[in-house]
Amino acid sequence: MSENSRKASEYGLMALRVFSIAAVLGAWQITAMAHVFSDFLLPSLSEVLLRLYHDLVSGDLIRGIELTLIRTFIGFMIAAAGGVVIGVAIARIPVARWFFDPLVSVGLPMPKVAFLPIFMLWFGVFDVSKVLMIAFSSIFPVIVESWAGTQNIDKYMSWSAMSLGVGKRRFLWEIALPAALPQVFTGLQVALPISLIVAIICEMQMGGQGLGGSIMTDMRFADSPGVFSGIVAIALVGMVLVKAMELVRRRLLIWHQETQAE
Amino acid sequence: MILRFLIRIFPLVLLAGLWEIAPRIGWVNPEVLPPASAVASAWYGLLMSGDLVTNGVSSLINVSAGLALGIVVGMAAGVLMAWYPAVDAAVSPLMKSLYPMPKSALIPVMILWFGLGAGSKIASIFMGCLLPVVLSSYNGARGVEQTLIWSALGLGASRRRVLWEVVVPGALPEIMAGIRNALAISFILLVSSEFLVGQRGLGYLISFLGDGGVYDAMFAGVLTVSAIGFFADRIYLYFMQRTLRWRE
Repeated sequence: MSENSRKASEYGLMALRVFSIAAVLGAWQITAMAHVFSDFLLPSLSEVLLRLYHDLVSGDLIRGIELTLIRTFIGFMIAAAGGVVIGVAIARIPVARWFFDPLVSVGLPMPKVAFLPIFMLWFGVFDVSKVLMIAFSSIFPVIVESWAGTQNIDKYMSWSAMSLGVGKRRFLWEIALPAALPQVFTGLQVALPISLIVAIICEMQMGGQGLGGSIMTDMRFADSPGVFSGIVAIALVGMVLVKAMELVRRRLLIWHQETQAE
Repeated sequence: MILRFLIRIFPLVLLAGLWEIAPRIGWVNPEVLPPASAVASAWYGLLMSGDLVTNGVSSLINVSAGLALGIVVGMAAGVLMAWYPAVDAAVSPLMKSLYPMPKSALIPVMILWFGLGAGSKIASIFMGCLLPVVLSSYNGARGVEQTLIWSALGLGASRRRVLWEVVVPGALPEIMAGIRNALAISFILLVSSEFLVGQRGLGYLISFLGDGGVYDAMFAGVLTVSAIGFFADRIYLYFMQRTLRWRE
């Protein structure tokens, strides 16, 4: 392959990359406009975007996003705080390890959403049960990663600290936690999307508006542009959250090799 | 050995004991937390009446169908993306932008498209499992050492043989880790889509019992689903470690 033709094919691939999403969106619009499927099954892209714009202007969209995000974040914060405490305790305190180890190894692979009806029975159908359900679903990855992160601290680092006479508490705050931070953050990055997924499932199941609740209402009223615009909104929110976590990670771990290697 | 196992699971036994005693001596309302023994006998009743078996089989069929479809399509798409630059350029922007989407959002559309029966459940599970498998196969296949591919090509293997005998096995560890994620997601989607609509499946059974106020049986249903999800993961993990034994 000559230099020129290689360059040409690289440009071709780049064009294909940009073009592919546009092509899918275009195909959606054309298929819908040609009425290949009924409008109920596949509303056109323009109709969905118009609906999204309409909801944005009327404030419904913002309110929905706000409700869902507040629930997601409160649940996530509980999971993050509790998960780090339990994870570090398991790594450092033998009794905590004895008690939590079997619970975590049973709880981690279990489908936690199955407990939704129990949470509804115990805590009602309002925000308390949603938030607790979110926390319960996303705490396990945080526990496991904080546990592993605190357990696998570099031996030489901890020996040096101890021989320099660092007390237990200072060791925890100044050696163990910072050293575990990258892995703790990995756990948080797993937990946040789970929180959002569960928040939406809870809203679908229990109502209480939010993005999941409104999508379910639209479905019951057979309002398919509403359902599709809800999905677009949820996808955007998910994307922003995942990107934001990556940014925070890079900022927070700016001192760590993983950031400096880039 | 046995003693060590008993010590290891003792916290679980302790919790089960507390669960039995607390409602009986009135620490918590037995309506809201039926004692463990009541749940166990309700579970036996569900098993004998056949409700557990018929709904369980229907759930398992849905979850295996959706997961199997997701694995086959996802592996094919991921490996082809890694192997052909044109496929990569066309498909990967789409896959990467859809990946962070909360999978549960798709359930309502799947209900619109495929109705209230098994179709919408299988489709939701398929959609949820697809992307993790695609991305792990893609990353795995791209991570295969170039020298292995070059050596195989240099020894005269055709591109197709290299794909099957070098790239796919080389990507297998990551593919299998992706499938494990997909397995966890498939149970989440199964249970939540069965909660929402339909007249079959364990999720339906649980919400039906809950709505009827038969809480001991509802707890039995929840624990059954959790146990199935747990053991599915354990069995898969065992299978995965056996399959990947040639690596180390």
